[in-house]
Amino acid sequence: MTVAIDRATGKSRGDRASRPGRMQRLKHSYQKYWYAYAMIAPVVVVLGGLVLYPLVRGMYLTLTDANSLNSARTIGVNHIDATYKFIGLDNYKDILWGPTAYDRFWSHFIWTIAWTVICVALHYCVGLGLALLLNQKLRGRTFYRLILVLPWAVPTFVTVFGWRFMLADGGIINSMLDAVHLPSPLWLEDTFWQRFAAIMVNTWCGVPFMMVSLLGGLQSIDATLYEAAEMDGANKWQQFRFVTLPGLRSVSSTVVLLGIIWTFNQFAVIFLLFGNTAPDAQILVTWAYYLGFGQQPRDFAQSAAYGMLLLAILIVFTSFYRRWLNRNDQQLAI
Amino acid sequence: MSTTTLQTPPADEVTRPAESPRPARKRGQRGLAGSLASHGILTVASLVALFPIAWLVYLSLGPDKDDYLHPGRIWGTMTFDNYTFVLQHTNFFEWMKSSIIVSLGTTVVGVMVAATTGYAVSRMRFPGYKKFMWVLLVTQMFPIAVLIVPMYQILSDLQLIDTYFGLILVYCSTAVPYSAWLLKGYFDTIPFEIDEAGRVDGLTPFGTFFRLILPLAKPGLAVAAFYNFITAFGEVAFASTFMLDDSKYTFAVGLQSFVSEHDAQRNLMAATAVLVAIPVSAFFYLVQKNLVTGLTAGGTKG
Repeated sequence: MTVAIDRATGKSRGDRASRPGRMQRLKHSYQKYWYAYAMIAPVVVVLGGLVLYPLVRGMYLTLTDANSLNSARTIGVNHIDATYKFIGLDNYKDILWGPTAYDRFWSHFIWTIAWTVICVALHYCVGLGLALLLNQKLRGRTFYRLILVLPWAVPTFVTVFGWRFMLADGGIINSMLDAVHLPSPLWLEDTFWQRFAAIMVNTWCGVPFMMVSLLGGLQSIDATLYEAAEMDGANKWQQFRFVTLPGLRSVSSTVVLLGIIWTFNQFAVIFLLFGNTAPDAQILVTWAYYLGFGQQPRDFAQSAAYGMLLLAILIVFTSFYRRWLNRNDQQLAI
Repeated sequence: MSTTTLQTPPADEVTRPAESPRPARKRGQRGLAGSLASHGILTVASLVALFPIAWLVYLSLGPDKDDYLHPGRIWGTMTFDNYTFVLQHTNFFEWMKSSIIVSLGTTVVGVMVAATTGYAVSRMRFPGYKKFMWVLLVTQMFPIAVLIVPMYQILSDLQLIDTYFGLILVYCSTAVPYSAWLLKGYFDTIPFEIDEAGRVDGLTPFGTFFRLILPLAKPGLAVAAFYNFITAFGEVAFASTFMLDDSKYTFAVGLQSFVSEHDAQRNLMAATAVLVAIPVSAFFYLVQKNLVTGLTAGGTKG
């Protein structure tokens, strides 16, 4: 599947015997690729206008001291011009090394990493466990599956409010904990429990996707492999370890990458669960949003700078992930 | 040493017949205990999955806004008053209109713009191909924090804050690359011989695409459309920031507006949440299977 074939001409790219000279090839290629470029043009235009231009503009903003008090704005009929000025890399310096940089950036950074790792690990393990259970011949399998997909089916902005009612002080969860004489923590106020609650809710929201994808992966594993393993005397654990896991590798690498990106970028859960009340439970994305839009005056420059840092982290991570997969001779299924 | 080797063969002979009377289990069958355990775990998991939503439904029937603290009270006083109130006296239908306009707009633009590109990157290799794919991949994973500030300023400059069109534009920044990626995966599954046949019959690549491939790719287009719709519908950050007029809120924003600093109408909020959740999840269940295949298998060919 991976052999690079120019599908328009049906020739394998490795076909070197018939390669003409360089100039001729270039001329030839323009005639040949004209179509391709015309076809990708709409997306290139859209991305240029909607992604590249804002990105460049955002990049410039990070080099200024723009906030809502000195940006161009219109109050009533009066238009006030922007008065922010260029300050170079000071924003980045301030975020990364400035005074109280730990409280503002690094503590959120560490929490974001912990959040991503814990959430994705939980998503994957719980999802895999449920997928394995659903992959057996079991009465009511379809029924279980339908219910287990529910947290994914209902929009997150709805379910998070359901959780908020449950987690509120005096809500059902604390009432139940009280009833069995367990301590009832302040889920939405105490930092540790805020983080705990955020991970819990996000796990609840994210497991169905993993479960369904991994179930698809499990069902595509050739049953004869299990037969062969059984003939060779493999027990259940060995079958899982040496047939199931390798068989899931391609699906796993995709869903784990998607899961990491989604969790790292997860906005709705934390934003809707806490609003602006939990400065310590904010991950970098929601923190950047808070800086830019959740406080007065709005600090556009710093918020944009956080955005750039986030993007940098994601790009570095993804390149390493791809490289790591390539070294292990796997195809990244995305 | 010699004694052990001598003794093993009889030992084997003894154990084998002893084991054989036990009925041989077929693969995939478990004992009663295993089956019970599976059912047990799945039941617990289902309850966990179901409970928060069921709770929301239950709370939506309570007449008082603080009933979520005293769920016992609801049992005797269940009523649909919250629903009638939401439908009659709030901006519910306006929010619905906004949500649908924005989601449909994103869906249509996203899929239309992305279709030819998905085809091009599926069938053709051109100079810059790898870079282009990388750009598509990276733009999909933009955190909202990257674009939200500059987008806010650009939309303000263009006076597009608080307009549906502005929000659609913003959503397209992720919907378009994502759709292109998803569609590429689908086009990859359409046999390449069809293109050849078209070419032999004298169609240009555009002709091949529009007259042969596009009709065949309807399921793929549908998946991309569903995905765009669901994503746009559930988006919180941009909608909360860019829509200021409460008659233009999408559901994701409108729902938040029930809880303000002064008042928290949680019973109405729960009712609205249920009203939103029912059609969306029904829709989701209809398309769910295609969605998963599209998401994971869609891009398996790098």
